[in-house]
Amino acid sequence: MATEPSPRPAPRPAQAEAGYTLNELMCALAAREIKDEDVVFVGIGLPNLACNLARATHAPNLTLIYESGAVGARPERVPPSIGDPALVTGSLMVCSMADVFQSFLQNGKIQVGFLGGAQIDMRGNINTTVVGPYAAPKVRLPGSGGACEIALHARRLLVIAKLDRRAFPQKVDFVTSPGKRVGKVITNMCVLEPDPASGELCLSRLYPGVTPAQVQANVGWPLRRLEPLGSVKPPTPTELSLLRDCLDPERRYIK
Amino acid sequence: MRNKVVSLREAVSSLVHDGDVVVIEGFTHLICFAAGHEIIRQKKRELTLCRLTPDLIYDQLIAAGCAKKLVFSWAGNPGVGSLHAFRRAVEAKPPRLELEEYSHFGMVARLSAGAANLPFWPLRDYSGSDIPAANPRIKSVDCPFTGERLAAVPALRPDVTIIHAQRADAAGNTQIWGLLGVQKEAAFASKHVIVVVEELVEQAVIRADPNRTLIPGLQVDAVCLEPWGAHPSYAQGYYDRDNRFYADWDAIARQEASLKRYLDDFVYGVEDRAGYLRKQPGLTQRLKAKPLVCAGVNYGY
Repeated sequence: MATEPSPRPAPRPAQAEAGYTLNELMCALAAREIKDEDVVFVGIGLPNLACNLARATHAPNLTLIYESGAVGARPERVPPSIGDPALVTGSLMVCSMADVFQSFLQNGKIQVGFLGGAQIDMRGNINTTVVGPYAAPKVRLPGSGGACEIALHARRLLVIAKLDRRAFPQKVDFVTSPGKRVGKVITNMCVLEPDPASGELCLSRLYPGVTPAQVQANVGWPLRRLEPLGSVKPPTPTELSLLRDCLDPERRYIK
Repeated sequence: MRNKVVSLREAVSSLVHDGDVVVIEGFTHLICFAAGHEIIRQKKRELTLCRLTPDLIYDQLIAAGCAKKLVFSWAGNPGVGSLHAFRRAVEAKPPRLELEEYSHFGMVARLSAGAANLPFWPLRDYSGSDIPAANPRIKSVDCPFTGERLAAVPALRPDVTIIHAQRADAAGNTQIWGLLGVQKEAAFASKHVIVVVEELVEQAVIRADPNRTLIPGLQVDAVCLEPWGAHPSYAQGYYDRDNRFYADWDAIARQEASLKRYLDDFVYGVEDRAGYLRKQPGLTQRLKAKPLVCAGVNYGY
């Protein structure tokens, strides 16, 4: 996705150098959010890996639905796009996009949706449309795709995104996908969760070696903490070997 | 049964006119690049191009000067990044391309309304989003039964829809498998339909498996045979998506000069799809699908 270069690169947690990569940690954290028998609306990249990791560990009865119409997909290769032919081969059902959006999504059949975005704000609102004003954009982004309706209809939303001050402003330039159902934002430094009362995104868990000040330096609003602040369990050897040997052997996404 | 088989050149020449509302559909799968290239070669102008995902094909049509307006829901290079010709046109001051923007569901709903001969389609969508503020054609409607407020989008009735398919008979009865996208709705919404196929088959092949038919011949104006006509998109069971080309497009399209060179070489510089393939030896070997044939079903009674 096209974003402006960050003026200050996010510091890397010390532990990421020892034994696992940040993407592997984010992937494992996302996978652990998925319950067995969940129906997940999934995209490519880390969300796809996280879902396949969950299925290979604690959620064997997970159903993956791609907006392209593949239901119950079990891709034998890492799909480079959500319309990859490997999503069709061996799936449970292939349906039209009208069915995807009406019979599955709008009809309430999806428990978990994954979203990413160029900007995410204090309210969990996500912008994938424009940086700058809509009519005269500084950077034109791809737009909603299915994100707006996923954000409105999936029971809970997981967001995977890299922290930086431009990507996490107090208010997004354009609300593509409303943030009301965002459950967790899994970043490269911490996990953010909405305050149950106000809906405001707060710091809930820190990764090893990261300080709250480092997180704050990369977030554009005064970040509150959900006490007690939790930590995260690093990826287990099983999770790491599944990711490296089976799910992403070319290390395209876990690098 | 009327034989509707014509060359793609003839179909585009007689059914696509300057100023038309044109849909080339196919979600990642079965995107008819052959037809897009023919439209560029015939220098069609002032088109309103509609598609959920403009993809590389509309990036090329925009770069070639064919488009006046884009109606869409996600304008990126899937898994790669930006569509650079699209971005140059939209980020120009003033912009060189009109936009009418929805979400995927909104575009699906517009074509569903068109296909059902309804003026609009209701959907539970856009609440809390800025998309309706950017597009005044997204409105709301109160349900006459429950009073619930719903979003509403207007029917899309394209002048012409172009669909790529695995096979059809000469009358245009068209069979598709793999990802189905929004092709059926687009075909039924459209005033005219061009079907471009990998294989032209006897009607007996269609009749042997009628559940596979997505678009009936009665909805089709022209049938064109163009093997590999979807490359760098793909046709399930025929050839794989050319993910390498999708990645390469990023560098090609980043500069106007290199994009123009691409069009000169691979679009203007060839007469048709066969010429396009001749310029790329080894391509069909690299991408040809491995067979994985299903057993079929019993239609007896």
